[in-house]
This record gives sequence, C-alpha cells and structure tokens, in this order.
Amino acid sequence: MEFNYTILILLLPMLSFLVLGLAGMRMKHKVAGAIGTTVLGIVAVLSYLTAYLYFGNGRSADGTFAPQTPWNFEWLPFTTNLHIDMGILLDPISVMMLIVISTVSLMVHIYSFGYMKGEVGFQRYYAFLSLFSFSMLGLVVATNIFQMYVFWELVGVSSYLLIGFYYTKPEAIAASKKAFIVTRFADLGFLIGILIYGYYAGTFTFTPETKMLVAAGGMIPWALGLMFVGGAGKSAMFPLHIWLPDAMEGPTPVSALIHAATMVVAGVYLVARMFPLFIVYAPDVLHWIAYLGVLTAFYAAAVACVQTDIKRVLAFSTISQIAFMVVALGVCIGADTHEGLGYMAGMFHLFTHAMFKALLFLGAGAIIHAVHSNEMSAMGGLRKYMPITHITFLIACLAIAGIPPFSGFFSKDEILAACFQFSPVVGWMMSIIAGMTAFYMFRLYYGIFWGKENKELHAHHTPHEAPVSMSFPLIFLAAVTCVAGFIPFGNFVSSNGQSYDIHLNAQVAITSVCIAIVAIVLATIMYLKEQQPIADRLAATFKTLHQAAYRRFYMDEIWMFVTKKIIFRCISTPLAWWDRHVIDQFFNFTAWSAQASADEVRGMQSGRIQSYCIWFLVGALVFTLMLLLI
Amino acid sequence: MNILSLFVLIPLLMLLGLWLSRNLNQVRGVMVAGSSLLLLTAIYLTVDYLGIRHAEAAAGVTDAPEMLFTASYMWYAPLHICYSIGVDGISVAMLLLSAIIVFTGTFASWKLKPLTKEYFLWFTLLSLGVFGFFISTDLFTMFMFYEVALIPMYLLIGVWGSGRKEYAAMKLTLMLMGASAFLLIGILGIYYGSGAQTMNVLEIAKLHIPMDMQRIFFPLTFLGFGVLGALFPFHTWSPDGHASAPTAVSMLHAGVLMKLGGYGCFRVAMYLMPEAAQELGWIFLILTTISVVYGAFSAVVQTDLKYINAYSSVSHCGLVLFALLMMTYTSSTGAILQMLSHGLMTALFFALIGMIYGRTHTRDIRQMSGLMKIMPFLSVGYVIAGLANLGLPGLSGFVAEMTIFVGSFQNADTFHRVCTIIACTSIVITAVYILRVVGKILYGKCTDPHHMHLTDATWDERLAVICLIVAVAGMGLAPFWISDMINDSVTPIINNLISASNL
Repeated sequence: MEFNYTILILLLPMLSFLVLGLAGMRMKHKVAGAIGTTVLGIVAVLSYLTAYLYFGNGRSADGTFAPQTPWNFEWLPFTTNLHIDMGILLDPISVMMLIVISTVSLMVHIYSFGYMKGEVGFQRYYAFLSLFSFSMLGLVVATNIFQMYVFWELVGVSSYLLIGFYYTKPEAIAASKKAFIVTRFADLGFLIGILIYGYYAGTFTFTPETKMLVAAGGMIPWALGLMFVGGAGKSAMFPLHIWLPDAMEGPTPVSALIHAATMVVAGVYLVARMFPLFIVYAPDVLHWIAYLGVLTAFYAAAVACVQTDIKRVLAFSTISQIAFMVVALGVCIGADTHEGLGYMAGMFHLFTHAMFKALLFLGAGAIIHAVHSNEMSAMGGLRKYMPITHITFLIACLAIAGIPPFSGFFSKDEILAACFQFSPVVGWMMSIIAGMTAFYMFRLYYGIFWGKENKELHAHHTPHEAPVSMSFPLIFLAAVTCVAGFIPFGNFVSSNGQSYDIHLNAQVAITSVCIAIVAIVLATIMYLKEQQPIADRLAATFKTLHQAAYRRFYMDEIWMFVTKKIIFRCISTPLAWWDRHVIDQFFNFTAWSAQASADEVRGMQSGRIQSYCIWFLVGALVFTLMLLLI
Repeated sequence: MNILSLFVLIPLLMLLGLWLSRNLNQVRGVMVAGSSLLLLTAIYLTVDYLGIRHAEAAAGVTDAPEMLFTASYMWYAPLHICYSIGVDGISVAMLLLSAIIVFTGTFASWKLKPLTKEYFLWFTLLSLGVFGFFISTDLFTMFMFYEVALIPMYLLIGVWGSGRKEYAAMKLTLMLMGASAFLLIGILGIYYGSGAQTMNVLEIAKLHIPMDMQRIFFPLTFLGFGVLGALFPFHTWSPDGHASAPTAVSMLHAGVLMKLGGYGCFRVAMYLMPEAAQELGWIFLILTTISVVYGAFSAVVQTDLKYINAYSSVSHCGLVLFALLMMTYTSSTGAILQMLSHGLMTALFFALIGMIYGRTHTRDIRQMSGLMKIMPFLSVGYVIAGLANLGLPGLSGFVAEMTIFVGSFQNADTFHRVCTIIACTSIVITAVYILRVVGKILYGKCTDPHHMHLTDATWDERLAVICLIVAVAGMGLAPFWISDMINDSVTPIINNLISASNL
C-alpha cells in the first residue's frame, strides 16, 4: 500500500516519548532536545509527503479525494458491531491537520531549544512534547469516534502535564488541575454522546448506515449535541472556556502549540469530522452551535480588550478566533460547496490561525524571555531592542486583524461571507467582533512595542533579541502567514469534497477591511503615544464595565463557587460525614448492642447460689401462674 | 497431577518452608521462590488456556467445555462435597491477577518487622485461600477457601497494622463473617433448592431452582458476596480496614480479596439463580449505582491517603457489581476487566502509599508537599497509578470502564440508562480527587524540613512498582486478547440470565 509508511507518523513520536521518558534524565539536555526535534522533523517531512501524494493522486470519479485507510485493526472489541479500532484515516481534513500539527510542533521544538535552555526538566519537557504530538496526530487520523476519544483523553493529559511543567509553582498546579477537570467534565458529555451514537447508529465509525440513522430519529441530534459538549470543553467555548486563560501558566512554547494552534481546535475538528451527519440529521444543533460561537467570540473579544497580561490577551483572542471557526461551521445550511461555504472557511481559518497564532505566542515568548515578565507594564518601546520579533509580531497582528494580503484576511473573509449568507444579523455581529479583534490586537502591539517604555526596568536589564533557535521559527511562521492566504484552499478541502474556487466577496471584503482599519486607527490614537488620555478616561467612565471585563465577567469566581462551595462543602463533606457518623455508626451500634446484651446476660451466670434460687423461684412462680390462668 | 492443584500445593509447601526456616534470609528465599513459582504457573496456565481455546476455535468445536483442566475428588460423600476444580477465562484472569499481587506484595513487605516469619505465614495462608477460591467449582469448597482467606486478615491487621488496628481488624472480620453467615445459608439454600446430588456449580446451573426459593436465597447469596465487594451500605469495613492494614495486606485485600465478592456474585448468585437476578437485580443495581458515585464523592474530601484510596475502591468495586447487574455480554466482560484493572492499579496505589508512609510517617495529605523533587521514582509511579485510576487510555482503567459503559448502554430502558449516566459521572469526580492528591503531595515546594533528606525507592520497592506498572500498561495497551478470553467465558452465564428473562 502506498500510505503504509504513515504509521511512522504515529510511532516515531511515541517512541521518542518512551525513550526520553525512560532514559531522558540520564541524557544531556542537547541530546534529549535533538532526539525530540529530529523525530518531529521526520514526522513533518512524512506529513508533507503524505499531503503531496494524497492530493497528487487526483480526484476519483465523483470529483472528491477518496478517503484512504492504510491501517486499521481492532483494538478493543465490545460487541459484534461495536469495537474500538485503532487506525489511520487519510482524507482532506486529516491530511490538512497533519500539516498544521507537524509544522507548528516542529517550530515549537526548535524554538524550545532557546526558550527552555538551562531549565531543570528539559528532557521531561521534550518527552511531554513528543507525547502530545503523538496524541494529537492520533486524534486527527482517527478512523472512528472512539479512537478519537482515546486520543482526546491523551491530549488532555499531555496538556495537563505541560501546563503543570513548573510543578513547584502553585498557580501552575492549580491551572493544570483546572484544565484537566473542566475538560474532563466536558468529556463526560462527549462520552455519553458516543454511547448514544454507538447504540443508535450501530457503529463507532464516521459512516453509519443510513437506515440506522433514520430509525434512530431524535437520538442522533442528542448524540451529536453531547459530542459537541466535549468539543466545547477542549475548544474553550463559553462557559467551558475558563481553563484556557489559566493554562497560560505553562511554558510559552507549549501555549503556542497546544493552547493556540492544535489541541484547542480539536473541538472544531470534531464538528468538521461529524459534519456530514450534523448537516443532514441535526442542522438545528449546528445552528445553536453557531449562536454559542457568536456569544463566545463576543465575550472573549470584550475581555481581551482590557487584559494587561500579554499571554492572557492572546488566550482570549484564541478563544474568540476558535469561536469564529465554530460559527463558520455552524452557519452551514447545506452540504454542497456553496451552502457549505462555512465548512471550507472554518477549516481554512483553522489552518491560517494555527500559523499566525503560534507566531504570536512564540513572539510573546521571545518578549517574555527578554523582559522576564508577562505584564504589559514591563514592556513598551521594545521595537528598538527586538526588531525581528517586532516585525514578525506585526505581521501576525495584521493577519489576525484581517488586513490583506496576510492569510487571516482570506479565511476571515470567507467566514464572514458564510455568516452573511446564513443571516445578516450574525454576519454583522461577526464583522463587529472582527473589528474588536483588530482593536485589541493593536492595543497589545502598541503596548509592547510602542507606548510608554518601562525605562527603569530596561535600564536595569536591557532587553535583547532572541537567539537564532527562537527567531528562525518566528521568521518561518511569518513567511507562512504572508503566503498562506493564496493557497487555493477550497480545491483541497470543502464541505462535500468537490473542488471549490475561492472568490472574494467584494462587498464583505471591503466592509471587513474598513472596519478593521477603523479599529486599528482607533487603537493607534489611543495607545501609540506614551500618554494615553482617551484610554484612561474611558476606563474611568465605564469603571464597572472595565472592572468586570478585567475580571473576565466573574466566570472564574463562579467556577470557584461551584467547585469549592458546591462540590466540596455541599456534597462531599456531608456525604463523608454521613458515611462516618451515620452508616458506620449504625454498624458500630449493632456491635455495641450485641456486646451490651451479652454483658446483661453474662450477669446471670454469676455463680451465686442465692441468685440462682431466686431466678428458679421466679420461674416456677411464672409457670404456675400461667398454668393456672390457662 | 492437575496444573490447578499447584495453586494450592505451592502455598502449602511455602507454609511448610516458612515454618522450617530459621532466619530472615530463608524466609525471604521461600517467599521469593514460592511467589515467583506461582506467577510462572499462572502465566503458563494463561498461555496454555488460550492455546487450547484457540485450537478449539480453529478446529470449529461448537460444544467446547465451559471449564478446562477440570478434576474432581470426593471429599465428604454424605453431602456430595467434592474438591472440584476447573477454570474458565474469568478464573484464569483472576489467578493471574492474584499471582501478580502476591509476587509484588512479597517485595512490598521485604523489610517488614517484627515477626517477619509469622507475617509471611499468614500472608501465604491468605493467598492459599484466594487461589483455592478461584479454582474451585464446588460450592462448599469455594466457601471453605473463602473462609480461609478471611481469617488471616484479622491477624495481619490486628498484629502488623497501624493506627486503630484492633478496632479495624475486629470490624472487618465481624462484618465479613456476618456476610459469610448469609452466604452459607444461601449456599445451602441453593444446594437443597436445586435438589442436586452434587455441589458442583456447573451441574447445578443445569437445574432449576424454584422461584420462591430463589427469591429468598438470591439476596442472601448476593449480599454475602456483595459485602466483600464493598456494596453500599455495607462498605464501611473497607476504609478502616485498608487504613490500618500493612502495605502488602492492603494490596492483597483491595487487589484480590474484594474481587472474590464480584466473582462470587457472578459465578454463584447470578449464574445459579438467574430468574431471581432478573427480578430483584434492580434493587442491587440502585445500591451499586449509589456505591459508584457515593464512593467517589466521599473520596474527594478525605485527608488520609489510604482513606482516599479505600473510598475510591468502593467506587470502582461498585462499578464491578454495577456492570454485572447490567447483565449484558459486554458489561459483564467489562466487570471482569474492571476487577483485573482495579486489582492491579489499587495494589500499585497501596504499594506506593505504603512506601511513602514508610518514609514520611504520615499519610495526611496536608502534611506533605513537593515529594516529586525528593522521591521522583515513587512520585512518578503515583502519578501513573493516579492516571490509571482516572481512566487514561493506554492504562488499564480506561479499557475496563469503557467496556462497562458501552455494555451498560445496551440496555435500552430508561431505568438502566439513568443508572448508566449517573455511573458515568464518576469519571469526572475521580479526576477531582486524584488530581487533588497529586497536586497537594507531589507538586509544590517541600515545606517539611524532615522530608528533605528522605530517600527514593530501594530495589525491592522498585521491582514491585515496575511489575505492577507493566501489568497496568500491558492491559491498557493490548486489551484485545484478554477481553476476548473473558468475553467467551461470560457467555454461558449471560445466556442463562437472558433465557431466564424470556420465561
């Protein structure tokens, strides 16, 4: 078989994880890093080769790229129809994801050489990166929904381990725990969704028999909706987004890889994977997903406008951008290339966003590396010190703001076109949110590179440009961001597999670019200078609102309330008390009563003749009375 | 000589060897030799069993015997009590589990003091009872071995335990003895009710016990075994018992002894009285559903490592009984897988807790922190055990839980669905209590100056931990062969239950 080698894409990172995990502590830092990076390099080459061969094979008779399954074996049998298979499925979206994951992962591996240099646990870090790459690659090539769930859990745990990489920091411990538990809670929905799907569709594969689906009737929307709950957890949809901003406690390259480019789009990928079923059997669910996406996009954009920690701004921006993809998928109204434009747009945005958001995070990492702080107050005026970081960061900002010719413009334009096609209200709302994106990104950009310089801090410790290992990934990703928009994406990925030529919707494009430019100008006026009177005045005027947004509209307080107050205080503590003091005491009481009655009876065996005589007489008397009375 | 009798013979020889040994090295020598031999026998048996089954399947044998390696010797003729032995996939799996845990338990109690010789004598007697139980097919012999396994527990906890050991030992023994009184009545009821001229389970299964007798004796038998499987509300012996028991005893107890309960419920109560199981199963299903969630929630607020694990065991063993009562092929396979998985990972947990306790002299999670830096090997082991416990794919817990949930979901009525969904929620709560402990004791900075100088695991401890991790990961990575083996063996029992529901 042509694609038999694809198994290496999974096996190599797995092997690298085992080697680094078991023997890493005895290796030198450089050796461990080299092993991890080389493996990812090979994986990246194989992924590109796969894409080249797969798309190069041409279309089959019906005009689509035929899915290939070079590997599939039964891993865990349940019943005759239901079993977990492990395998590799190649189709346009999985091949596209292979490229995204291997590219970003390779860049992060290279970047980490510089960023993590000298850290304790360097080998462990690379081991976990390998584990993550393995899991994420396994997730996207899954041949069935249960395999996806298996790898879904594995990416969850790699994320947990990497967020908690600095395990002596209390914030990192809390953040890793929160990330795992929140996504686990969402996965409960996913699991129940899979169970329902398995029972009614009679299979765990993505292509169940139509007659089973028809017979299942109303259960399929439930199954798909619950699966999306899992997706919402991983992809940080409101209100399950609360773990993502905290996850920034992990090392910054990890945030770039896991919490910006790959793992967090797993939910989007899940919806795309189940799209053929969504669009036919549960279009209403799909549209509700779109509304949830709009809400999330707006919420996250609003919060991002006032955060001061640069990684937090990027985290909320990620939430908002993922919501864009979710909205794009949700606004599809049919399976053909025109009605399903959102599908193509969402996937396209996933691709471009992965590149420029990874670039933003890696840039942020370079900045944090230089000033040793996440806070914008420690920055300002950095353009003089870090020219490469500055230019690449600017490119990414322009891309995310949707300015042509950068990649974000093309994908966002398609998303907005799809939204307008669905409903003008959604279209306008998303356009405004796109404007907010441009605003907060440029607020961030000016805050870091222009604005008021923290001279005191910089005099004490002059910021310096990042080493080559760190600037190379920045330049590479910036180059990708510049050209990715011109990829004829619709020719590879579309809702029904047919080729679709992307043509810019002039009206939408002009509107969105105008909004973006206005937003950027606004940000320039407010934040370019050292003195920022307008921004200060606005913050003072809308103090409550500003404060609420800064505190992320109190979602974390609600989370703390649920876990601490409800789960700990109101359920677990009383239950544990009940167990010790009621159920256990009941058995203690039984034992005690047995002992007490035994004590009583023992008193009768006193050995004193007198008492025996009395008992004898009493007994005789009672019997006599009974005889007489009866 | 039947290979199965080796499982009784080797412990007997070990008892003799221990009795004759004069010093610590001889005691250790006997234990290592004996437990390795048991492990090898168990592995050989598994391979042999699978080989025979495969040969049967390849030859297209349709009426393959339910049990292999069967043998029977009359023991007490007036009551038809025989020493009947035989194994199917379920017992093979359980024997393998027991052998692994006895083997690792030996190393986990390598440095145990005082009275090492006496300790190992009772320990071996306990394992004798366990092995005997799993190979027996005769009701009375089974019951006898069950009792043999219970009694040493009292002494092992009472003498070598810690904390409120007398109280815990007495409580555990009384509750389990009380349960076995129910059990004895149940067994006698089955024997007389079926009118059989034998006590052999396989023979009785072919007969029909009158329904009005089943209604009385099914609950008694199920309860008798269920108490050992930590059925709510009869689980309270478990936290105290585990907390006070020495390491290897906790391992053996949670790892194997609690499995006797589930095994007995399935093999005796449900197999022999299927009609009553169908009719009355719902009562126990509610209790087990409560067990699953209740145990998990209770574990969330415990502060003693062993209590956390004991409540977690209540939850996981509850899942075993829960899955059995779902009465589908897949769910029962899942139940047996869960027994295996829980046995391995709980043994691993208790082994690690014992090792940590041996160093820090506290099990209170509030008094420990930052152990990862101080004892990396034990800490990593603990994280792996925790991840297995919360059902991470690639480790054993996932395989078992998913089989259970998929199997339970095959019951389409609302009652079973609701129970299944409630049970599913335990996967979230499990994550809460596992990560809470990991975060508290392993991560962070070490604050107690006395803990700074502690050492990491020694070779004997490493051996025990690595063995268990390999077993947990092996089952999690390649579950197909074991799942197949068990699936074939639950078929006759479930067939019985299904035909009973169609009456």
